[in-house]
Amino acid sequence: MARLTINGKTSEVNVDPNTPLLWAIREQVGLTGTKYGCGVALCGACTVHMDGRAVRSCVTPVSTAVGKKVTTIEGLATNGTLHKVQKAWVDNEVPQCGYCQAGMIMAVAALLRDKPKPTDADIDASITNICRCGTFQQVREAIHAAAKA
Amino acid sequence: MITKTPKVGRRSFIVGAASVGAGLTLGLKIPFGTSVVRAQDGSPEINAWIVIRPDDTVVVRVARSEMGQGTITGLAQMAAEELECNWSKVTTEYPTPGQSVARKRPWGNFSTGGSRGIRESNEYVRKGGATARVMLVQAAADAWKVPASECSAANSVITHKPTGRTVTYGKVAEAAAKITPPADVPLKDPKDWKIIGKSVKRLDTIDKVTGAQVYGADLKLPGMLNATIKESPVFGGKVQSFEADKVKSMPGVRHVLKVGDTAVAVVADTWWQAKTALDALPIKWDEGPNAKVSSASIAETLKAGLDADQAFVRTQVGDVKGAIAGAAKKVEAVYAYPFLNHAPMEPMNATAKYTADKCEVWVPTQNGEAAFAATLAASGLPADKCEVYKINLGGGFGRRGAFHDYVTQAVLIAKQVPGTPVKLLWTREEDMVQGRYHPVMQAKLTGGLDANGNLVGLHLRLSGQSILAAVFPQNLQDGRDNATFQGLDPSGDFTFGYTVPNLLIDHAMRNTHVPPGFWRGVNINQNAIFLECFMDELAKAAGQDALEFRRKLMTKHPKHLAVLNAVADRAGWGKPAPQGVHRGLAHMMAFGSYVAACAEVSVNGDKVKVRRIVCATDCGNAVNPAQIERQIAGSFVYGLSAVFMEECTVKDGRIEQTNFHSFDSMRIAQMPKVESIVMPSGGFWGGVGEPTICVAAPAVLNAYANATGKRIRTFPLKNHGIQMV
Repeated sequence: MARLTINGKTSEVNVDPNTPLLWAIREQVGLTGTKYGCGVALCGACTVHMDGRAVRSCVTPVSTAVGKKVTTIEGLATNGTLHKVQKAWVDNEVPQCGYCQAGMIMAVAALLRDKPKPTDADIDASITNICRCGTFQQVREAIHAAAKA
Repeated sequence: MITKTPKVGRRSFIVGAASVGAGLTLGLKIPFGTSVVRAQDGSPEINAWIVIRPDDTVVVRVARSEMGQGTITGLAQMAAEELECNWSKVTTEYPTPGQSVARKRPWGNFSTGGSRGIRESNEYVRKGGATARVMLVQAAADAWKVPASECSAANSVITHKPTGRTVTYGKVAEAAAKITPPADVPLKDPKDWKIIGKSVKRLDTIDKVTGAQVYGADLKLPGMLNATIKESPVFGGKVQSFEADKVKSMPGVRHVLKVGDTAVAVVADTWWQAKTALDALPIKWDEGPNAKVSSASIAETLKAGLDADQAFVRTQVGDVKGAIAGAAKKVEAVYAYPFLNHAPMEPMNATAKYTADKCEVWVPTQNGEAAFAATLAASGLPADKCEVYKINLGGGFGRRGAFHDYVTQAVLIAKQVPGTPVKLLWTREEDMVQGRYHPVMQAKLTGGLDANGNLVGLHLRLSGQSILAAVFPQNLQDGRDNATFQGLDPSGDFTFGYTVPNLLIDHAMRNTHVPPGFWRGVNINQNAIFLECFMDELAKAAGQDALEFRRKLMTKHPKHLAVLNAVADRAGWGKPAPQGVHRGLAHMMAFGSYVAACAEVSVNGDKVKVRRIVCATDCGNAVNPAQIERQIAGSFVYGLSAVFMEECTVKDGRIEQTNFHSFDSMRIAQMPKVESIVMPSGGFWGGVGEPTICVAAPAVLNAYANATGKRIRTFPLKNHGIQMV
């Protein structure tokens, strides 16, 4: 049994402590916005925030998240207002299939927290998520738009 | 269901009592009026395509599947254009394949592949909108007791012109639904289009940025169990034995099941438990006859085909052998293209619930009807006892179109736990080794130049795998797979863009045990590389500029030439490039569209930076230019990921790559600046999702050759130590 704080709510999850946080979030807490893509931290579809930092939840054991504040895509908007990254994503029509976009948005939100005005080089260095639809051109535009918002 | 989180469960249409046959499987309820077919919320269906709610919401039914390419938005634009409705009131939903069967296929083909969503269905979708408009206007005219000819419709409002009276669509929908649909309603002249051709916003964005959109992998049903599976890693192998007792007592495990003769699945309370147990399950495979096959042995087989006497001829003009023998200069090159996995971000999955009376499947699919057929076959139940609910796709790229192996598996699992819904989700590793791979192909090109550097003869010999032979053998023509020649055809949607006086294009079919599939772009990927790289090789041998050399051969192909000229002009071909930047060109016709690219690369040792690609497409009619630009840029990511870093190799009969560490994909740092020229010339409907993919790779390869003097002919480039930066 582990006590997790996800999007401000506390949940008791009854799983092996080595279970990846991803599967606790999806299957125990029932939030499916965080995606399974590779299971080995290569693609970034599972990105969530842990105490504000972007982590790949598919390789983060549940035990590591105990006592930390976890934010998923469902918790990024506040009081029904989209986060500026989400808004930029809508304005720039970034998603295609959309499956990787939750992880992409969470990675970008963490980047903007650390670097409110990222350069293209900052973006290249920190956004390493895979998108097979190939939305990168719009992702870059939307990051710059969000930085200006 | 598209713009909202899909309501899981049966999305039935409710059919009026007089509608014979249509409602057999649909839970007939609430027959408001006679003959009116109703959506689940009771709103009247004007026709199969259009439902209008009392609040004027327009629901456009879309049979094709949305997988990111924007088809639901584009097809809704088609219907809305003719319906003359308020675009801000438009939403969409999927009809189900079971409904389609019961109603005798009013929505036509569900298949979403071959870039044909819009090019194949635009006319009947527009007619659906136009017919509904005429019925709505007639209903208003009847209510006012005036001739319909005195009424007009715009923005979901009908106006009686002489009196200025108005009524909205929602108010007359009920009456309109009872009117006999008129035949042959004329469609608008394209010059009058107001919604088609506009970059209206996609209808499906918001849920994709909040996490609300439900993909197949996210599905939750009451009482549902979770499964994952291992199929024989050697294609053609079988399960020999497995030790279920070793994992049965692991947490959450409910069942350890043989699935058909070829796979083993674990069913558990959660997917992670199922996966953990399956990882621990000892399985012995009967690997069958293919266990010794390797990439090297496949390559040898293909290589032998390059010079084989027998081959399927697609185009033969003049006397190629004589022309080349008599040429002042002979140029020859051999190219090879590897197997590729689709690797959509969402691994394959399907959820099935089986009872003796009903089999239901929820699945992200590019072809609802093919998923339905797989459900029938696996369940053994008739069509009126099966239903398939399409869930949004986390990518498709061809993997989820012709193949529903995961549906078959899910149903075979569900049959062993009747009454319980089971969600089968593959691991990424399973997805990598159980693909339907881009076919492997080699090509030998031989060209002859006369003393003035004119191309007098060209032989393009393909040797490799046929998709149709494996997937749709009924579509072979006297054994020949015409799809192999995409982009090299004498006419049609894949027309060869050059006139060569002596020309031979043929294919030595060399099939392998690795199952082939339709991979975004299909055979244009390698054909464009073979042809367009070799054209640069010929131009170089002729001592001519690559653009000028092509232009001389393209005078009879003005649309091909127009897109090539467009990218050359925009990129500044023939003018000095920035310091250290080198350019390359390519063009093709594919899936009904004319496409070209000019790439700019810089090379620093083994590091290649693709800086910019200018792309042009003439897709005839451009329905939503903003989405076309996104498809172009996205197709380049898919195509360039492949040519730089991807291949699936075979060892001991199985695929070696198991995850993105060995089957990599481009990241944002590697993304070139893509400039799109959307230049529809009108009068035809070309595809968008796939055609442009094929010009990125040859344009980049030609630019690389211009930068380094090195011509690379086998792929991916990583095998040559080249890194995309």
